[in-house]
Amino acid sequence: MSADTTATGSTAAISPVESVSVFDVDHPAPLIEPPRKRTAKTPKATRGNFEMAAWLFMRLSGVVLVVLVIGHLLIQLVLDGGVARIGFAFVAGRWASPWWQTWDLLMLWLAMLHGGNGMRTIINDYAERANTRLWLKGLLYTATVFTILLGTLVIFTFDPNIR
Amino acid sequence: MATPLLDKVEDEAAASPYITVTLRIRRFNPEISDEARWEDFSIEIDPKERVLDALHKIKWDVDGSLTFRRSCAHGICGSDAMRINGKNRLACKTLIKDITSFDRKTGATKPITVEAIKGLTVLKDLVVDMEPFFQAYRDVMPFLVTTGNEPTRERLQSAEDRERFDDTTKCILCAACTSSCPVFWNDGQYFGPAAIVNAHRFIFDSRDEAGEQRLEILNDKDGVWRCRTTFNCTDACPRGIEVTKAIQEVKRALITRRF
Ligand code: HEM
Ligand code: SF4
Ligand code: FES
Repeated sequence: MSADTTATGSTAAISPVESVSVFDVDHPAPLIEPPRKRTAKTPKATRGNFEMAAWLFMRLSGVVLVVLVIGHLLIQLVLDGGVARIGFAFVAGRWASPWWQTWDLLMLWLAMLHGGNGMRTIINDYAERANTRLWLKGLLYTATVFTILLGTLVIFTFDPNIR
Repeated sequence: MATPLLDKVEDEAAASPYITVTLRIRRFNPEISDEARWEDFSIEIDPKERVLDALHKIKWDVDGSLTFRRSCAHGICGSDAMRINGKNRLACKTLIKDITSFDRKTGATKPITVEAIKGLTVLKDLVVDMEPFFQAYRDVMPFLVTTGNEPTRERLQSAEDRERFDDTTKCILCAACTSSCPVFWNDGQYFGPAAIVNAHRFIFDSRDEAGEQRLEILNDKDGVWRCRTTFNCTDACPRGIEVTKAIQEVKRALITRRF
């Protein structure tokens, strides 16, 4: 093939390059490899169902979130005067009821775990280097745990007479 | 997509079936440059011929350095999957008339783009390194596994049992599906649709005894759970295999065997 290349004068095919190329038969250009290519050294499968559990969780939590989130948005933004009436008193009034406490707690946990796992998927998809993945996921897990804990703390310890 | 203007063209050109088309080919030759570039070839061709015929015309008559794989030329060997007009297809099964559209103003044919499949290292022009693809294939154990004494005759199977995995027996390992998958583009560790299709072919074969093992392999972090159901693979498959459905069936088998 390469003999043929020179014979038919492929410089015509590959156009008279701007200047003299630094690449030739003995010094070919580096190839562009795809990210994280599979090789014989790719680790064998491990046992465990984490990925299946995560996949199922995304679908199940999604179904529950449809109800929780749409209900939440309706109550907060649309019904009965809408967004204008939201204030400290409004929040205090709702969190006086265990029903809304449970609603918000469930929504917090499900949305954070759902969103967090979704972001984990995206990092797995797009971050190529092992180190980048490690850092991004570390940051993600920290933020997720922090938000869940802080939110849970607030829902349970909320004091309407704070001032 | 292809504008169905061909009948008209055929009428007009009753005398000569030939039309002029431009093939815009993504060229790469590491012995000349580290950069790939598009090159246009204008050729006369009967629209009932295939993209592979057009590539042959170019290679044989215009530029012998054009490099691509093909063997059977009839959709059997799976060598010539390439990205034609942005879609993965076999050059030997794609007719020029089905992908040629005409510029509304000038009436000239629009260029047909041809490039290597994505997600695998381009070695030269349309030739890619298929090794990572075949590695994933090998990793799902694509062979019959049984225990006990070998029977003296064939291993019998009912017609229904055979029907169960009929669709996935049609795979020719062309890589059109795997190289159309956005998850695979970004992370080559994902097994990819073709490996799952070929695992499916044995997982649902009543004569095989290693289904459990293959399911375990595909249950891993680079297995079926990475599939995002984009259906690119099903669109790409030149054998018409319902690839996404096969992947879903493996997912379902994994879930139902546990619960
Ligand atoms: C309202 C109801 C919701 C439903 C039905 C739902 C459903 C889903 C499903 C099924 C997936 C998996 C997609 C896949 O694997 O291909 C997903 C992914 C995701 N979800 Fe949700 N979800 C909902 C709400 C939310 C909320 C409130 C958030 C943010 C906190 C969120 C953030 C994400 C993210 C970041 C992903 C990953 C995106 C991706 O995989 O491309 N979702 N969602
Ligand atoms: S499933 Fe279809 S597209 Fe994928 S490798 Fe097999 S024949 Fe090619
Ligand atoms: S050349 Fe064999 S499949 Fe196209």
